[in-house]
Amino acid sequence: METLTTTLAARDLVKRYGERLALRGVSLSAGRGELVAVIGPNGAGKTTLLSILAGIQRPDEGMISVEPERIGWVPQQASLYGKLTVEENLMLFARLERTPDPKATVERMLELTDLRNRSGDQVGTLSGGNRQRVNIAIGLLARPEVLLLDEPSTGLDPRQRERLWEFILRLAGEGTTVVYATHHIPEADRYADQLIVLADGERVFDGSPRELEQATGTTGLDFEQAFVEYLRQRGH
Amino acid sequence: MRWLLLKDLRILRRSPLMVALLVIYPIVIAVLIGFALSRGPDKPKVAFYSGLSVSASTIELGGHNLNLADEEGALFRDIDVVPVDSRAAVIEKVRDGEVLAGIVIPEDLASNLQSTLESGKLQVFYNTEDPAKQAYVENTIEAQVKAANAALTTRIAQEALDLLNLIGDGGVYHFLGQDFNVLGLKRAESILTDTRATLPAGSEKREQLGEVIDFTELARDNLSFSDEVLNVVGEPIKVSARSLDGGRTSLDDFAVALAASVSLMFITLQLAAGMLASEKEENAFPRLVRGLVSHTGLLAEKAGLAAVCSTAVCLLMLIGLGLFVDLEWSRFALWVVALAGGALAFAALGLAIGTLTREVRAASLLAFMLSLPLAFLALVPSGAVAPALYDVIRAVSAVFPFKPTLDALDAALNDAGGLGGAMLHLAALVLVFGALSRLALRRFAA
Repeated sequence: METLTTTLAARDLVKRYGERLALRGVSLSAGRGELVAVIGPNGAGKTTLLSILAGIQRPDEGMISVEPERIGWVPQQASLYGKLTVEENLMLFARLERTPDPKATVERMLELTDLRNRSGDQVGTLSGGNRQRVNIAIGLLARPEVLLLDEPSTGLDPRQRERLWEFILRLAGEGTTVVYATHHIPEADRYADQLIVLADGERVFDGSPRELEQATGTTGLDFEQAFVEYLRQRGH
Repeated sequence: MRWLLLKDLRILRRSPLMVALLVIYPIVIAVLIGFALSRGPDKPKVAFYSGLSVSASTIELGGHNLNLADEEGALFRDIDVVPVDSRAAVIEKVRDGEVLAGIVIPEDLASNLQSTLESGKLQVFYNTEDPAKQAYVENTIEAQVKAANAALTTRIAQEALDLLNLIGDGGVYHFLGQDFNVLGLKRAESILTDTRATLPAGSEKREQLGEVIDFTELARDNLSFSDEVLNVVGEPIKVSARSLDGGRTSLDDFAVALAASVSLMFITLQLAAGMLASEKEENAFPRLVRGLVSHTGLLAEKAGLAAVCSTAVCLLMLIGLGLFVDLEWSRFALWVVALAGGALAFAALGLAIGTLTREVRAASLLAFMLSLPLAFLALVPSGAVAPALYDVIRAVSAVFPFKPTLDALDAALNDAGGLGGAMLHLAALVLVFGALSRLALRRFAA
């Protein structure tokens, strides 16, 4: 449901790869500072949905309310140059994004990501967690209203995941709308304000994590079990 | 695009081993190819025994002396001569493999030549240890003997001509240290004409003398044609060479153009294909083309970077070669034009390889595997293969940039002509491979 505070709205998105339908009329909306988790089995269409929202791919049908320039995108695999330092990566993309003051923007991102003391290190030498923070920082360079994160915590250890979510929650607290796809179901339960469940390219649920648990009609299940039960009940 | 270019230069600067390999490897290959093309095999070792004594090595032909020892220099110009002191020593050295062949000049060579009744005979012994060198020795000796034969034939024909002139005009003939006066047909005719005038008209002797005078006149007239006839005998076939296709570049100069083309191809292909594929491998491509850089802009940046770097390296290589090889520095601007044209065409091909492979290692491997066959195909001479196959080779060479680059560099470096045509050809290839790359880039992010 779109409201006056809606930052991102997508309606009836359809994407076909030849004969295969990857997205079947998926809609979503998210308000300012809202955290939206997109979950579903493998091949459900999560990455396709995010890449369409990011403007990487064009939908065959449907519309999106926000121009891609106002959306920050953080791909699943870090999109960074390993031979460049943290600062050089940030500076390059800040210049390509034509930010008004690239140097100040980079300074801000180094502060935000807590990577000031690693700014001179080549990205190829960083840990997975730090690399992902740089990856997210690049997505934030143009001060986007919406940040799309595709499997942001993949490959991170629990401590790194914790620090990453602290960072994301801080962004949302500052008003950035965050849409993230994840396989890590507890992350959806723990951090999401809104949950979108995709299965076979179709949106099968849109609501809060508690509403998903209630929708299964069972009790005593943890959230991951409730999610699996929900899909089973709907034949997925 | 400027920032992307600076980024790529910074990455290259931080990959010194890769850059060093990229520069040194093609230059080494180019120099090796250049040497292989411009240098024949080493002079083969050949044992040599001359049975001619110092006095017997000079023969007299028609009163002129010919020193056979002087002719040995020409005979052995392309051979590393190992002198021995007997025929048996020649055979032993050949058998032992110390030499590839042996030549024996028999004792009777001079007398046979001087008699002009029998040919002089050289004896040649071969070692078949190395078939390639054996063929080279055989060809070299055969060619040199033919050259010596031709020279002797001309000399003998000249002697015959001198003798015929002596018969016609009369004069002094030197033989075995003695001088003989030869009357000659001209003076004989004159004497006979004077004698006939003293005889009474209508006498039988006068008529007979008239027939003799007519004969001498006829003989003199026909002898006047003998110089043309004997010249033809001395050199029955003359060569009149005219180039119908291609330039007049020497093998050494062509080797320089070839070395530059090979280096240009390796460096540009590897750089263009590798740098483009690295954008995919670093996963940066989707982020870049999300409004930061256009697809065409990205291709242009990679092509420009590869072309500028390879042109600079090859220009430095040519300047370095210029210290050892005689290059026309006044044509320097044309070198740059030809190098830049070739580099852009190779860069476009490199982009097509990069978009196809989408992986740095695969791109480098494909670029490497494509390079050598392209160079070899462009060097296949006409007549070396069947005409239909040669047409196929020409067609394949025409759709890749190596051959036109070689033509352009040959024209620019050696004034071999056809620079404009080669540059147009390269421009067409830039457009074709550029368009292919742009199309293939659609599936690059997949």
